Parts: sequence; structure tokens; C-alpha cells
Amino acid sequence: MTTTQHARLGDSTRRRSAKVPGRWRRHETWAAYGFISPWIVGFLVFTAGPMIASFVLSFTDYDGIGASHSVGLDNYRHLFQDPAVAKSLANTLLFTVMRVPLSMALALLLAMLLLRVGRASGFFRTLFYLPVMTPSVAVGILFLLLFNGNVGLINHVLGLFGVQGPAWTTDSLWIKPGLVLTSLWSVGSTVIIYLAALKNVPKDLYEAAELDGVGRWNSFRHVTFPQISGTLFFTLIVNTIASLQTFTEAYTAFFGSSNSQTYSNDAALFYVVYLFQQAFQYMHMGYASALAWLLFLVVLLITVIQAKVSKRFVYYEGDQR
Amino acid sequence: MAAPPPRRTRRRTTALASALALFPLLLTGCGGVSVTGSAPDTFTTMGYGMGDALATDRIDTAKAALPSLHINVTEGAFDQQQFLSAVAAGDPPDVVHMDRSLIGGYAAQGALLPLTSCLSQAHVDTGDFYKTAIDEGSLNGAVYALPDSYDSRLLLMDDTVLRNAGVRPSSVNTSDWTSLKSLTKKLQRQQGGKLTRIGFDPKIPEFFPLWAKANGADLISADGRMAHLNDPRVVEALTYAVSLVNEQGGWGKFKSLRDSFDTFGAKNQFARDQVGMYPMEDWYVNALAGLSPHLDLGTQTFKARDGKPLNWTSGYGWAIPKGSPHPEAACTFIKTMTATKTWVHAARAKAAQVRKAGGPYTGDVTGNAVADRIIERDVWKPTGNAAYDKATRMLYSVSNKGFIVTSNAAGTEFKDAWQNAINRVLSGEQTPQQALDQAQHEAQSALDLANEGRG
Repeated sequence: MTTTQHARLGDSTRRRSAKVPGRWRRHETWAAYGFISPWIVGFLVFTAGPMIASFVLSFTDYDGIGASHSVGLDNYRHLFQDPAVAKSLANTLLFTVMRVPLSMALALLLAMLLLRVGRASGFFRTLFYLPVMTPSVAVGILFLLLFNGNVGLINHVLGLFGVQGPAWTTDSLWIKPGLVLTSLWSVGSTVIIYLAALKNVPKDLYEAAELDGVGRWNSFRHVTFPQISGTLFFTLIVNTIASLQTFTEAYTAFFGSSNSQTYSNDAALFYVVYLFQQAFQYMHMGYASALAWLLFLVVLLITVIQAKVSKRFVYYEGDQR
Repeated sequence: MAAPPPRRTRRRTTALASALALFPLLLTGCGGVSVTGSAPDTFTTMGYGMGDALATDRIDTAKAALPSLHINVTEGAFDQQQFLSAVAAGDPPDVVHMDRSLIGGYAAQGALLPLTSCLSQAHVDTGDFYKTAIDEGSLNGAVYALPDSYDSRLLLMDDTVLRNAGVRPSSVNTSDWTSLKSLTKKLQRQQGGKLTRIGFDPKIPEFFPLWAKANGADLISADGRMAHLNDPRVVEALTYAVSLVNEQGGWGKFKSLRDSFDTFGAKNQFARDQVGMYPMEDWYVNALAGLSPHLDLGTQTFKARDGKPLNWTSGYGWAIPKGSPHPEAACTFIKTMTATKTWVHAARAKAAQVRKAGGPYTGDVTGNAVADRIIERDVWKPTGNAAYDKATRMLYSVSNKGFIVTSNAAGTEFKDAWQNAINRVLSGEQTPQQALDQAQHEAQSALDLANEGRG
């Protein structure tokens, strides 16, 4: 082989070795697209598609069976004249305001207790998470049984302390507090998230605080809270959205179960319950679509506000937001 | 950077990724998700349960009438969402079994097929059925559902409770509203701030049409187009019925006790003397016969304020959904299921089953008046249990008289309007007048839209 040939071969090898990583990178990119494509297809078919369809339907009088006709902005105008929309929205917002802070506080308390349990942590972690597996419909029925004003366990326990419990399932004032307390049944998932966050707080920060003579409360306030603030913010957003979409427990207890076929209570008329009634009981699919888009805007607005406010208290490692 | 894998491995990776990407498409693309899951020779029903011999025997008869089809009974209560989704997706069941009060709404939406040609081609004589039951399954003169049950409302009484309170059961008269209220107060019991016995349960909101009718009013016009929910007589009836609840400690205490009843258990409200009396659907007599055969049960007809017996009737019906895969077979199925011969055969099977188990057979009321007369005469026999025998005789005697809430195009919306109004009054949110004014507005709007075809 001549020097020239060697030189050519060397050039081509260099060129190939320079090109291959680029080509491989493209292959990697395509493979990545391939692997995430089930999600993308699922998103397009099951989320984006229905969203677009719902947006189009919100301008029609579609009843789910016959042909739809355009009604312009009538459905959106009707939203502002329908007293049930204001009522259900107010119920939902009040429920959210009561439930989210309470569930976060309880979850954090339980997670901090779990952190101290030591060896038995796994057992209690499972124990707290188990209720999350309970179907929401069963929780709705459970609400009726536990909170029965006459023979319910909750009032029975209150009675042991000399307190006469309220009529949780019939008194409009107590319906939402009762449902909030019931919803705490499924706080276990948030507990697990908080436990993971608490375990990630560097121990040396606590040691430094202890050396500085900082008490427990200040240690929590100045070390734990900032360190887990990102997680708290995440759960705040997720729990808020979940609360705004509350449906099953209230529907089962007051609108759908055999125990409540005829007894509904306006205090339990949450927004999604009303949306469901319009869509599947009254067959006003067009109006229900408009209701869905109003909820989307409400959720978006609240999330944006939370994100703006969060900048004041959420700490990100390395200040990366 | 690690060396790239060989080309063959890369090809395989890409092929696998592509296959994974196509997987959801394949899942969704192969005919979609079917509610009924029907093969061409499968005939599917929705909303029908196979609880006893009466139900299973009739299905056996229907199977014999449709030998070329495999009948798939999708058990469970009728589910509005499931039904609507199935019709909208063009994948409905062949026949649907639903509450007749819903028929008008679905018929107005075009979700059900009128049975006009089915009835004439199959030579079904609608005169065999109770007229009210046929009317309840019709809209604008067209029949959409054939009756499959017939519920009458009787006044059920715990005679032990009445006697212990010094009341002769035969003296109870619901037409005298003043004495009924006194009696209610006398029969109820409260202990430690809790209601422990309901003296008289007016069964509102669900039985409110009975109270309105007792006061001389209908909730809707005879043509089903005009709501009469804030008629002064309706307002008066609601005011009175709610006052009966308030007389017993208010809705909170009242409903809490009612919810705690073991209605379908051996420790039911009659067995435990937790209730004095209340109007109830007749099928509960049948249930009680099995649960507590030795009850001191009294029965009476509910009376209007003018003293005349009053029976609000309702029940289920069979209808054919729009897009039913086998409409002709559906017609045969409906005809067979509701035919006199089928009912009588099934009643004999049920009576044998009940008697074999040692229980009293208390008869069946079916929606088919001719069948009921035969069952009363030939299948039912006095059991020797005076209370249940009297209940059965009374039931057959009232079944010929009855009224319905007129079928209308707004269906569920109309029903929800008056029921929600009563709930608002019971919860203390509104007065009867305010609640019924609101209900009138909601119901009339729904009726107007539905009758315009924009329901």
C-alpha cells in the first residue's frame, strides 16, 4: 500500500469516524421519537382531539344523538345567566379552599412522623397509601355511612366527648366540611411524595442549624420548608386541580347512588357534577362543552396565579426555575 | 461516547419503536371500543336484571322465540351515560329496559324508535296492558315502550306501632290532613335529641306527585307541554308534606334515620318498629314477605283529600334504541317478554320457587292487565298469612285505578326540576313557593326546548 493510499484511507476513516456520531445522534433522536410516540399518539387521540372537538361542540346545540347546529356564542352567554353555574363554581372553589391546605398540612404532618418512625416506616407508608387504592365510589358510600347524623361512626365518636355532631349528610352547612374530611382518606399519595422530599433534605443543614442553637420550629421554618418548597408547590398545583375537578364522591353520595336517587343537595353540586348532568342526563353536550372550557380557564387562571405567587416562597436548588 | 451499535441492531430498535407507536392506533382502530361487543348473531339487552325466576323464565321464553340469535343479557340497572354514549357511538344494545318516566325525553331526542310499525306487524294488542302504563311509555300519541312492570303505591303500616299508640289501624285516613299530622306526631319517637321512630314518612321528594294529586293538582298538563309546578295547590301540598317532616325534628334527623334503615334485611324498619306508616311501592310487600314473614303489617290505599283512593303508578318498559342492530328481532323480543303467556308462565315458575323456599308468594303485577288477572286468579293462592293476603288483594284491587305523571319531552330534566325544588325546601334553602317558582321556570324552559327539538 502506498503512502498516498494510506493517506486516503486515513482521511476516509477520519471522515467516517467524524460522521458516525452525528448519524448515530440522528438515529438516537428518531429512536427517542419512536419510543415516546405511543404517548404522543395517545395525547393526540385521547386528549388533544377531544379538546378540539369539545371546543367546536361548545358552539353548537349537539345533544349526543342527532345532528348539531351552530348556536354561536349562545352556550357561553347562557353560562353567565345560569344560576347553577355560579352555585356549582362557588361550591367547588370553597371545597378547594378548605381541602387543599388541610390535606397538605395533614400529609406533611404524617410524612414528618413517618420520617421519625425508623424501621417501621415501610409498614406505615403502605398503611397510609392503602386507602388511595379504594375506589372513589366506595368512598362516597362510606361518607354516607360514617357521617350519618343519626347512627354514623363520626357522630358516635363525637358523642363520647359530649359533642352532638351535626347532620353531615343533610345540613347544607356541613355537607362540604364532611366531604373535605372524607377526601382526607386518600391523602396517602401526597404523604409518600413529601416523605421522599423530606429524605432529600441534606442532614448537614440541620446539624448547622443545631450548632447555631436553632429550635425545632425555626429549623422547620428556615431549613425544611425552603428545601421542600418545590415539592409543596407541586402538590399545591396538583391538589388544586384535582379539587376543582372533584366529582365521584359527591356524585355517588348525593346524585347517583341507590341511596340518593332522589335526594340531591345543592351544597354538593360541584362544577363537574353539574357538567356531567348537563352532558349525560339532560343531553346538552354543546352546553356541557362550554362548561368544560370555562372550567379549563378557571383552572388555568388559578394555576397561573399560584405560579406567580410561588416565586416568593419556592426555593430551587442552584436557583434554577 | 460509546460506539454506535451495529446497523442491524439500529434497524431493529427503530422497527420496535415504530411498532410500539402503532400499538395504540391498532387498539383504537380495530372497530373501536364497543359497549355491547355484539357479534352479528348476538342480541344484547341493557338495564335488565335476572334477579328471580320471574326474570329468568321470561328470558328463556324470549330465547326460544329467537332461536337464531344468542341473547346476551347485560345485567345491571339502566345507566343513562352508558346508554347515551352507546347510541351516540352508533353501537347501541338491541333493546333497552328503562324507567318509563325517561321514555319521553329519549323519544324526543330521537334516541328511541317508535313502536308503531312493530306493534301492528307483530299484532300486539296494547289494550292488554294498563292504559296508564302505555301512556307513560308514549310521546305525542306514539308508543315507544311496552310496559314491563307496574308499581302501585300502597300505604304500609306497622300495626303494632299503631296499636301501641292507641290507634286503630282501620281508622287511619290520609285524606284528613289535620288528623294525619296529629297522628304523625303521636307515632314518632325521639330520644336524646335523636329521632328513633318515624311516625309517618310522606316519602318526599320521590312521592310528591301523590301529594299534589291528593290536593287536586297535576305536575304537568295532560298534553305534557306545560309545567304546573307552582300551581297554588302544588305549593300547598309541598308546604304540608314538608310540615310532616318538620313535625318529626326536621329533615336532618328524619333523613339520617331513614338512611340507617336496613330496608332489605331481616332488621328492616318494620321488624324494628322504626316507622309507623308510609306510602310505598307494592314490590316492597313482596320483599317484606321474604324478609319478615310474620310482620304485623297493615295495608291501605292512599286517599286524596276528597276521600277517593289514589294510586300513583309507574314502572319499567322495553324500548328499541335508534340504531338497534336487530330491530325486527327486538320487536319479537319485546312482544314475547311482555306477552300474557310469558308472564303467566314466569309467575308460575316464581311461585314454585318461592313456595319451595318456604316463603309466601304474594303475587305479581306486571304491566299486562290480562296477565295480572290470570296470575291473581290461577297462580296466586291465599297463603294463610292474613297480613300478606290482605296486601295482595288490595294491590290487585288498586292496580286498575291509577294516575301517572304525564310523559313529556324533557324527561329527566322535568323530574329533576321538581325533585331538586323539594330538596331545597327540605334543606331549608328556600320556601316552597320560591323553590317551586324556580322549578317551574327550569321545567318550562326544558319542555319548550325539548318540544322545539332542541332539548
